[in-house]
Amino acid sequence: MIKDKLLQNLLAVFMLLLSASSLFAANSNVSMNKELNVKEFILDHLADSYEWHITTIGEKDLSIPLPIILYSKTSGWHLFSASHFHHGEHAVEGFQIATDGKYKGKIIEIDLIGNVVRPLDLSLTKNAVSLLFSSLLLIFIIMSVARSLNRNPMESKKGFIGLMEMFIMTINDDIIKPSVGKDYKRFAPFLLTVFFFIFVNNLLGLIPLFPGGANVTGNIAVTMVLAVATFLVVNLNGSKAYYIDILWPEVPTWLKAPIPLMPVIEIVGLLTKPFALMVRLFANIMAGHSIVLGLTVLIFITVSLGSSINAGMTIVSVIFTVFIDFVELLIAYIQAYVFTLLSAVFIGQARVSHSEKPI
Amino acid sequence: MSLLSPEPGLLFWMMLSFGIVLFVLGKYGFPVILKMVDKRYNYIEESLQSARKAQEELARVKETGEALLIQARKDQALILKETARKNEILIVQAREEAQKEAEKIIIAARNQIQTEKEEAIRSIRNEVSRLSIDLTERILREKLSTNEDQLRLIDRLFEEIEISNS
Repeated sequence: MIKDKLLQNLLAVFMLLLSASSLFAANSNVSMNKELNVKEFILDHLADSYEWHITTIGEKDLSIPLPIILYSKTSGWHLFSASHFHHGEHAVEGFQIATDGKYKGKIIEIDLIGNVVRPLDLSLTKNAVSLLFSSLLLIFIIMSVARSLNRNPMESKKGFIGLMEMFIMTINDDIIKPSVGKDYKRFAPFLLTVFFFIFVNNLLGLIPLFPGGANVTGNIAVTMVLAVATFLVVNLNGSKAYYIDILWPEVPTWLKAPIPLMPVIEIVGLLTKPFALMVRLFANIMAGHSIVLGLTVLIFITVSLGSSINAGMTIVSVIFTVFIDFVELLIAYIQAYVFTLLSAVFIGQARVSHSEKPI
Repeated sequence: MSLLSPEPGLLFWMMLSFGIVLFVLGKYGFPVILKMVDKRYNYIEESLQSARKAQEELARVKETGEALLIQARKDQALILKETARKNEILIVQAREEAQKEAEKIIIAARNQIQTEKEEAIRSIRNEVSRLSIDLTERILREKLSTNEDQLRLIDRLFEEIEISNS
């Protein structure tokens, strides 16, 4: 009974918000009077930025300026707040945010002879801050589970700790153990860290409110570091048999000498594995964000078609966005799962010994 | 396209944060959790095993107890039977003993009676002889006036008496 009532109330609030948003959109159209560039809008939201934009109230942007850390070859280290740029309108200490060209949206410097150069940019951008936040959150969650287990290992845990314990053990027993093989215990901490790191960042990316919403795992730099970490773990722990298979595989001799055809192919394969890991995670998460943004934008581009179509499209857009968000929730898990599973399989392949090699 | 080229700044921050996370969780987080869960798993396994063992032990003890009870019952029956048999023997023996004793007493009594009869006969005889002597005396007091006759008679009488007494 209470549940039904709650559901009804939620539905009422939802409908109210819907109508309010379409009204708001109609109003803003009147005041803005300019066409929305959909492609730019979406790419803008997918890209990293120097300030954390939370919302826009009327004409005023509500955003958190983030620290800018730069090293220029000509003027050395610089540290200042992004608010000095005034959303890219001002130049600060010889730096400015490029409005177009190769470095669009990034900080650039014009050197003495008038060339546009990019300084070493270690700014705490939106993605960097989000990364630090999710890292701390992840450390806090996992350490609290570890502490609770350490304090009283014989007691079965309840609530969130119990859920996390079950989750961790599922990943450990169902992905890592069968994929890596007999010495899985050595690699379990790394693989579990990778899984939960990706999963937490994926989930935070789905939350549109302040601490989340950054497109972290949909950024190629992030997935690149993860893929390189997997690459290093796989190849630094490779067994003798693994390297023999790469450098001197069991194929007719003319395939490996004098032209090392097979070894070259194998080495290329060595590199494509982490590359595929990197691109898969990046593309999946970025695509998810793009779809959600595209569906949301639907509300704003139908404003010009009249209020009834706009209202209808608003409802359609919200329903589709909710649906895609559920799919994204699934993808957040699946991508973390796939990355961990493939890393585990690669480690398992690198650990083979000659005795258990299939004929 | 800027989306496809990794930013060096973000690479740096990602390496830093992922490195820290990997170090902390890989050293103090996940190994501890895995170890503790393993420990608990072993503990539960052991507990189950010991419980099963205890149950088996209990069943065995119960069985032994039952066997003991049955044995005790059998023994009891045996002992009771034995006792009854012994009792019977004792009774028979006692009866026999009593019979013997009774016979002895009867024989003794018969002997006593015999002796007393003889005694009585003897005393009667004495009495009779004394009476007869008295009577004879009185009769003889008149007839035996001479000494010689008297003495002869006395002798003869003595002889007779001695013969009969011997």
